[in-house]
Amino acid sequence: MTTIAGERIPRHGIRILAIWLVLTAISVPLIVWVLGPHLPPPHMTVESGDQRNANIVMTALLFPIALLVLTYFIYSFVFFRETSDGIVDGPPIKGHAGAQLLWIVLTSTIVLALAVWGSYTLLAGAHGAGGGQGPDPAAKPPGWQNALPVQVIGQQWEWTFRYPTYGGIETRDLAIPDNTLVAFHVTSIDVTHSFWAYQLGVKADAVAGVDNIAYVHTRHTGFFQIRCAELCGLWHGHMSKKGRVLASSAFQSWIAAAQKKNASIVKYLPKYSRVYYPAPLRRAG
Amino acid sequence: MSATPIAAQPPVWRRLIGFNMLTGLVLGIGGWFLGAWIGGQVAVGHPYLQGTDQNDVGIYMGYLFGVIGWLVGLGFANYPIGRLLGRPPTLRHHETGSWTRYFRLCTDHKVVGIQYLFGVGIFFFIGGLNAMLMRTELLRPVEQAWPASQYLTLVSLHGTMMIMMTSAFILGPFGNYFVPIMIGARRMAFPRIEALTFWLVPAAGLILLSAIAFGGIATGWTGYAPLADEGRAGMDAYVMSFILIAISLTLVGINLMATILTMRAPGMSWTRLPIFVWSVLATSILQALAAPVLVAAMLMVLMDRAANTSFFVASVGGSQYLYENLFWFFGHPEVYILALPGFGIVLEMLPVFARKPLWGYRLAVAGMLGVTLLSFMVWQHHLFVSGMNAGLRPFYMLTTELISIPTGFIFLNAIGTLWRARIRFTVPMLFALAFFFNFLIGGLSGVFLSDVPSDVTTHGSYFVMAHFHYTIVGGLVFAFFGAVYYWLPKMLGFELNETLGKIHFWLFFVFFNLTFFPLFAAGFLDMPRRVSTYAPSLQTLNIFVSASAYVIGLSMLIFIANLIWSLVFVRQPAAENPWASRGLEWQVPTPVPIENFDRIPVITSGPYEYGVPNAPPVADFAPGALPAAGR
Repeated sequence: MTTIAGERIPRHGIRILAIWLVLTAISVPLIVWVLGPHLPPPHMTVESGDQRNANIVMTALLFPIALLVLTYFIYSFVFFRETSDGIVDGPPIKGHAGAQLLWIVLTSTIVLALAVWGSYTLLAGAHGAGGGQGPDPAAKPPGWQNALPVQVIGQQWEWTFRYPTYGGIETRDLAIPDNTLVAFHVTSIDVTHSFWAYQLGVKADAVAGVDNIAYVHTRHTGFFQIRCAELCGLWHGHMSKKGRVLASSAFQSWIAAAQKKNASIVKYLPKYSRVYYPAPLRRAG
Repeated sequence: MSATPIAAQPPVWRRLIGFNMLTGLVLGIGGWFLGAWIGGQVAVGHPYLQGTDQNDVGIYMGYLFGVIGWLVGLGFANYPIGRLLGRPPTLRHHETGSWTRYFRLCTDHKVVGIQYLFGVGIFFFIGGLNAMLMRTELLRPVEQAWPASQYLTLVSLHGTMMIMMTSAFILGPFGNYFVPIMIGARRMAFPRIEALTFWLVPAAGLILLSAIAFGGIATGWTGYAPLADEGRAGMDAYVMSFILIAISLTLVGINLMATILTMRAPGMSWTRLPIFVWSVLATSILQALAAPVLVAAMLMVLMDRAANTSFFVASVGGSQYLYENLFWFFGHPEVYILALPGFGIVLEMLPVFARKPLWGYRLAVAGMLGVTLLSFMVWQHHLFVSGMNAGLRPFYMLTTELISIPTGFIFLNAIGTLWRARIRFTVPMLFALAFFFNFLIGGLSGVFLSDVPSDVTTHGSYFVMAHFHYTIVGGLVFAFFGAVYYWLPKMLGFELNETLGKIHFWLFFVFFNLTFFPLFAAGFLDMPRRVSTYAPSLQTLNIFVSASAYVIGLSMLIFIANLIWSLVFVRQPAAENPWASRGLEWQVPTPVPIENFDRIPVITSGPYEYGVPNAPPVADFAPGALPAAGR
């Protein structure tokens, strides 16, 4: 059935756009100001704050896109459905060059803007965004030479931590000072793990033979959750513990106590190194 | 068509002897023991061939001989041996006869399609059962239902089974069955290879299931290398079954490419090719180019495990990054191997039920080919925090986000096709429309994962898990069920019950979303994947998800009930063209004759000319015969 000339066609496009604009005008402020502060991760560090901002921006940008498509679909289900039982053909419209061009231009613009913005925040703004950057980080934050190095060693199924600037002691608890640039040097002595400190916004794979570096600036004290984010065998789910961001003075006394406790055993540890190569363990489970 | 006259039927036990599935199974098991024994003999006296507690050489040899025995028992050796002895090849119409042809080597593409449908379907339901068992464990935040090792085996079996099976989910049943009919051909380009691609699938599935008996799999479907080196003999089953599946995928790709490129009927120009066939072509290119990489990666794992090489062992000069790169170089095209056929199916069904031409046909083709090309350039987004090539991250971020442009074309096609349409909400149409809802959420959540700062939190968490279930289950599996309801009347000749179909759809759609949408939140709230214990604060969320997942399971039972009810009890013969579709596959009789067409048809018009005034019929089925004979 083709459209009869002169028949009044409702202005579907205008209606859909109007509904969408109203929904968007309501939802975007809600996303930014109501949902936004609750989006992860909690910002204990500058980097996790940047990640949350990325999540807010993307939610606020992508939700209207979803809304547009959904509004259109639901509108078409209501107004473009066949009400009779028969099979009636619709108007034979095969395409519209202008609409296609507009769609391509719009989606390309959004995508390129996202990619440019993402690259900028990654390299210049957030300096790696808390992610593991490998042994030679591409984005080094200012003052990276003076960052506090903390080595994170993954093994089946435990995390341990070494402080090379405090005599290379090894602890089972992780504590880092507040308002400090910390460089996590993540490595593994067996299979691949992934060091995930949720509230710090840190995730870096622990790979045998690789020193995977992630930078964070701490800015709040408190506890943070450590987990393993890469399947590493039987007790993968149990590689979780709590770490602490301590005020600077509290950290000094904590590390002094840890050094004292470690003094008698530190000589039995392997010498501090960026990576360790224990003999490969086969068929462990 | 040429039914061979059947004389007196021999007794049933006599008919079981011959080249069929049963013989294949017997020879396969016999081959396994023979191979394991030979492997044992080979390894004796060579300590480097033996691990600390097992001889992997024997296990691999066992599987290899088992597969050979399975294929010989099915009759795959008959043709080459017969040709060597100078016997004439068997013609396809000698393979007809009773239902037993579904359990034998058969080179009819329609038989292979139905074999695929039920074969893959069985493994799909086993994989789904694994998911139900996993959700039972996750009802409580501590270990309760299964020991940790069994839980990990469930995770790995579910993942591997589903990825392996869903790779063949659409190209297997519907690609094999309908592509030759849709392009006006009588068969596939390589019918014996086509049969081989199917019979490798049950072999791979059974080998994978055998992992349960050999200590399970602890690595998930990704099988990351140093962990895979440690695994017990179940890991060998994983390696072997993935090799078989990858060989099958490669051959499927080559076969379908050759068929589509060379066997189109006269008049079937590239712009008249049904969009489903375009999507199959794009997928075939991906399969033929990506799956061999998986074979290579798996052979290296096999060498590491069986012969103590060290491709992936860091302390003796290997690198697990090599495995990650090889695996994801296959693995990311693989996810588009899963997605593209779904695009094709929903775009194939939309014009039929919207009664309008497919809007922007060329754009849809460009979108699919664009996805094909770009999908080879994005794999390192799985490795953003792995510590390799940090300087390359902006590049992979860009390519990953670029791939959403051609994917978006598919949405524009749907939007244009629905514009002022006359939509009929049949069961297949409901599945097709749900595809767009699910894939929209799946696709947009992927944008979070492509952005490195956001990915640092979401990588390896339940967010990723929810994302790919939205694209694979919400996309591919919904498209699959749409295709089942759309095409099964043509394939099996019986109508499916519409009411049961709608109950299946609504339960599946609603509870699919109730299952997986909360898992985005679980990922945002610090829950890593593949754990059997989690933070107690997330228990309520997980109970809700498990309960919803059980309803998905229930909806699948309703689907099975519908199949049994409609195919066994009601047996209402389907109309030749129940949807009033213009597709060429609907213009042939039901059941489809063995050679599909009496004469190769001449294609006279595109398949989506709905509402076009004076549109010619889609094809001339008796070219050169009486004018305007029609059907």
